This record gives sequence, C-alpha cells and structure tokens, in this order.
Amino acid sequence: MTAETATPPAPAKSAEPDIRLLKLAEAVTIPALALIASALAFSVFLILIGKDPVQFYQLIWTGGFGSSFSFQNSLQRAAPLILTGLAFAIPARIGLTMIGGEGALVLGGFTAAAMAIPLVSSGVTPWITLPVMAATGMLTGALWLGFTGWLKHSRGVNETIASLLLSYIAIAIMNFFVEGLLRDPSSANKPSTMPIGDAYRIGSMPGTDVHWGLAAGIVLAIALWVLMSRTTFGFAARMTGGNARAAKAQGLPVGTLMVVSCMIAGACAGLAGFFEVAAIHGQANASLVAGYGFTGILVSFLARHNPIAIVPVAILFGALAAAGGVIQRRMGMPDATVLVLQGILFVVLLVSETFYGRFKIFQPKASGDRT
Amino acid sequence: MTLHSLSRRSLLKVGAAGLAATALPFGIARAQTNVILGIVYVGPKDDYGWNQAHAVSVAALKALPGITVVEEENVPETDAVAKSMESMINIDGANLILATSFGYYKPFVVDLAKKYPDVQFRHAAPLWNKETDPANAGSYFPYLNQAHYVDGVAAGLSTASGKIGFVAAKPIPSVLSNINSVLLGARSVNPNATVQVIFTGEWSLPVREAEATNALIDSGVEAITCHVDSPKVVIETAEGRGIKTMGHNASQAPLAPKGFITGAEYKWETIYKAYADDIAAGKTPPNFLIGGYNNDMLRNTPYGAGATPEAITAADAAIEALKGGAPIYKGTLKDNKGNVVVDKDYDNYDPYLDGMNWLLEGVQGSIT
Repeated sequence: MTAETATPPAPAKSAEPDIRLLKLAEAVTIPALALIASALAFSVFLILIGKDPVQFYQLIWTGGFGSSFSFQNSLQRAAPLILTGLAFAIPARIGLTMIGGEGALVLGGFTAAAMAIPLVSSGVTPWITLPVMAATGMLTGALWLGFTGWLKHSRGVNETIASLLLSYIAIAIMNFFVEGLLRDPSSANKPSTMPIGDAYRIGSMPGTDVHWGLAAGIVLAIALWVLMSRTTFGFAARMTGGNARAAKAQGLPVGTLMVVSCMIAGACAGLAGFFEVAAIHGQANASLVAGYGFTGILVSFLARHNPIAIVPVAILFGALAAAGGVIQRRMGMPDATVLVLQGILFVVLLVSETFYGRFKIFQPKASGDRT
Repeated sequence: MTLHSLSRRSLLKVGAAGLAATALPFGIARAQTNVILGIVYVGPKDDYGWNQAHAVSVAALKALPGITVVEEENVPETDAVAKSMESMINIDGANLILATSFGYYKPFVVDLAKKYPDVQFRHAAPLWNKETDPANAGSYFPYLNQAHYVDGVAAGLSTASGKIGFVAAKPIPSVLSNINSVLLGARSVNPNATVQVIFTGEWSLPVREAEATNALIDSGVEAITCHVDSPKVVIETAEGRGIKTMGHNASQAPLAPKGFITGAEYKWETIYKAYADDIAAGKTPPNFLIGGYNNDMLRNTPYGAGATPEAITAADAAIEALKGGAPIYKGTLKDNKGNVVVDKDYDNYDPYLDGMNWLLEGVQGSIT
C-alpha cells in the first residue's frame, strides 16, 4: 500500500534487502516455533507418565550445555553427525534421497584403518600416515556412494533402496575382513584390525576435549554451502533437483552432476569414518556401525538440507544425546525417552515445513497485494 | 600438565589436591567416604540377560546407606561410553565406575582412567594388565561355568535320556567352558548324557536363536540352555514347545513356569558390595578379581517346576562341593575329536582352562 504512494524506483531497491530479511526471519521463526511446539507436546507426554517437565528441560540444559564439559560432550557427539548430515544434504539438493551414509562411513573408516596397517608398521610419520588415511576413507566413501549415483542415472535404479542395501553390504565387507584377513590376533573376543597406536591417534583440538572431526565438519559445511549457493555447480545442481527433465532440456550434464554430488556425500561420510578410527577407536571393528549415518538423515532434514544449518542442528542432536544420559541417571527414565522427544521433534518440524509462505508477516508486501 | 605450563592457578590446584589427599585419612576416622557408583550397560536393563544381571545387583546396593547409584543403559561401545562415564564423574561426582560391556575397555576405560586418577574404574572382563594399564583401573569376572555345571547335574536327573541342547553365541573360551561344564555336570549323574550345541555366531541374533532352539528340539533334546546375551528367546521358545530349560546370566524363571529347572546366574552384588566397602573405607578395591562358588560370586536360580526332587538334592550337593573348590575338569578327558585334552585334575581357575579351544567327547558340535 505504501509502495503505491512512493515513487516507482524506490520500492524496487528497498524491497531487495527486505525480502532477504523476511526470508531469514521466516527461516528462523518457523523452526523456533516448531521447537517450542514439540517441547510443549513432549511436556504433555511427561506429565502423562508422571514426570516433571521442568526438571526434564533443566537436565537437558545441564547435560547438553550447562557447563564447559557438557557443551564439549555435545560438540564431540555432534562431530560425526555434521559430516553424515552433509552426506545426506548434498544429494538431497539434487533431488536424490540417498540414505547410504552409514555404509560409506563404515567402509571409509575400515579402509582408512586398513591403509594404516602397512604405514604404521613401517614407521611412516603420522604427518603422512593420517592424511593418507583420511584420503583413503574419503575416496572409498566417494566411490561407494558415487556408484549409487551412477546406478541411478545410467540404470534407473532407485537410489534410496540401492544405497540402503549397499550399507548392509559395506558392513558385511568390513566384518569379513575384520574377522578374517585383517584381524589383529590379540583381539580375541572383539575382532578388530591392528590398533594404530596412540602416536597415530588424532588428539583433541587445543584447549578442548573435542576431536578434530568437529572442525573438519564445520569447514566442510561452510565450503559446501558456498558450493551449493554461490557457484554455477550449485546452481545447476539445485536446478536439477527442482526439475531434472527441465535441467536436461537446458543442456545441463544431469548425470555428471548426480554422480559428483553423490561422491561429495560419500567423501563426507568416509571422512566421518576416518575420524571414528583415527580419533576414537584407533582401529576398525563392529563399533563403527553406530548409526551415525542414519541419524545424519534426520539432522539434514531438520536443517532443510542447508549445509550451514546442519551444524547447529547436529549440535542440538549431540546435546540431546549427551543429556539423555543425565536424564536416565537423575530421573530414572529409560533410554527411549530421548528417542520419543526426537521423534516428536522430527514430526513437528516436518509439519512446520508446510507453513513456509503461509504467514503473511513474512511475505513481501507488494507480492502480498498481488496474490 | 607439563612443567612449562605451571601457572599460579594450576599450582593452587596441585596444592589443593595434595591437601585433600593428606586430609583424607583423617576424614575417614570421622565419617566414611560416600560412594557414588556409576554403571553403564550396553543394552536395556531388563533384557533377561547380561545387563539385567548387573542391574539387579546394583539395585540391591541402592538400599544401603552411603551409596548412590547412577545408571545408564543402551550405551554403545563408541566414544558415547567415554562421554557417559565422564559425565557421571563430572556431573554426578561418581568415584567408582563399572563398565559392563567387553568393548568398553579399550580405549575408553583405559584412557579415562589415565585422565581421572582419583576415580576407580572396574570392567567386567578379565582384560586388566598390570604392566600396561592404569592402577586405578581393573577387572572382575566370575567363572559362570561352575553354575552351568550345576545346571548339568540338575538336567541330568530331570530328563530321561540326558540329551541336552545348548544354543551358543561364539566359540570363544568362556562359552566353550560353559558347554563342557554342562556336559560334565550331566555326566556326573548320568554317564550317557550328551550335549548338542549350535553356534549362532553373534551375541544377539533372536531369530537365529529361535531357529537353533527349534532345531535342537526337533533333534530330540529334552532340556535346553544357552550362552547368548539375552536368553529370553531361547527359554520362551523351549517352554512353548514343552521342553525343560536352564537359564543363563540372570533369572529367567518367570519365562518358563512349567519347564524351568534352574539357571546359572552371576552374583555381581558380592563384587559390587566389596568395591563399595573398600571405597567407603578409603582403600583401593582389588585390581583383578575372579571367582565363583567358592567366594560367593555365583548362584543358581531357585529350582523351578522342571526340576525333579533327585535333581534338586544332587544339584545342592554339587553346589556345596564347588564351594569347597571341587574341580570340574578332572581325570582324563578327551575332546570330541579323540585327543586327550585333560590329563589331571585342574583347579577351577587354572590358566590352562582360560585358553580352552575344544569341546569334550559327548558334545555334538564343532567350533570351526
């Protein structure tokens, strides 16, 4: 309305930042409201089973953020989730529902540990060994998920089913080697590869108790955000995600874009596997199969497949996991409690997706008048 | 902390710690140290198996004065367990940590014990190494095969044919010893007794455990026991088909009201109580603790409807003998390939038996 009374060129210029600001406000407000709504819904559940919601949320704060230790606990648990979240988000932007991050993580971790065996036993310095391990893990993950992308593009195989099934194959491959050819003879009751030893393990970031996987995840999240939103590759990928046939008609290399996106995803998951081996376990064994790949799917959905948003969402999940222990200990509630909260959160956030564009206050006034 | 990084603040910390250390013995004279016991389980606390056995035992400690118990279930063998234990230390002030799953030990318990030298860590598998591992870490492990020997005795007299089935997870020494002990117990009362074993390959594979149970029943066994993480499936399947059962790890008696004979159970509370008493008194609990019936670390589940009166008498006698240290592996015994594997009486804790890689003659099954 004010736009009509103003001089014609002025609103066009001032509307630009307005739209951005409104979009940002919308992108912050809707998830925030969803968080509050799920917290309220979960409180009802808590009251029904006779527990105190106030104490519950206090303990979430204590266990997840309340002290330096708690926050670092959350960050450490978030580290693999950032990487596996990215592994789902990048293919999602191009329209692929690729749920095979778990397999890429396991194989990436396993091959990194396998590659370490000859290097460590011949005494190669960690400065060479660790990058070689990381590169091996990323390459394996990239090839593993890249294969799924290729199957999708060239053979029309459904990528969701294929990547899920390939995860089971990946786990079986790791078990086959860990329980056979590459088994460390001293790991009698829990078959594992040869330990890389403390000298080769990646320590914590200086001044913290959190391993370097967190830093790697944040750097990659920023880099991939730039890639997806500020480059022609990202534009082409998002266009393919919007309408693959239209993208093809425009002459975009849809197949290459798909395979490359999947390879980026696999590299992220493989890197997560590398950090599990190099920073945590020091060897590959069945503990690599911890479900990070699957939790990453939730993280990515809640972040609306935005690489930057994956970081805070992963930290939120890390905090819930960290606080889950305190809740068990103090309130005597079963481990499943936090899963119930996660489930409610997930459903409410998915429902909240439908509210984008529905609130008038977030719509630019000019366009609001026209529609 | 290196020498270079000594600041006024860290010096104060060292001073305070030293002060606390010197004050400790005097403190005990007046009041005992409160024990805050943190325990982590790899699965649910009510799994009718390994985790439940621990949970039941710490529950028995909760009623005692001066002991606080904090528990966490479903903690995977990843850095999640390190963080859970550390959170118990930092947030709950735990001074005794019990890590109950095999894969918790390395690197998680070892690393954390180095980081928190004032906290005692004990792990439920015989892995602690005096040379390489921290002095505030340690291991505890009862030899459950003694209670399975009693199972064998009771089963030998509760079945007509003495044919017993055994659903086992992996062919590792502790599992093999349980199988062999069931056979030796049964043969002590019925020389024709046999044990037929099926390995599932994993600690928890409910579907395969049910299949194995059914296969054993189809081949004519009259009683079944097992060594898997949660015996629930095996016991319920056998009960459903009218076959007698012996339990494992915790009490499964409620699952089999008709056919339950008895079961091999850990009595973890003996160990946990001893640890708590030591810490309350300001002493370091033992680093390496193994045992069995002779030091009250095992029990057999109260006899169920499946046990005959003769079986009860004989099993009670076997328990008394084991309390006195009667050997299980004795005389000359051959494995089921014909090799002599036992040529004298072995003490129940003889290291030779820890490396067991054979099944005795009378056991139908193969470890390869």
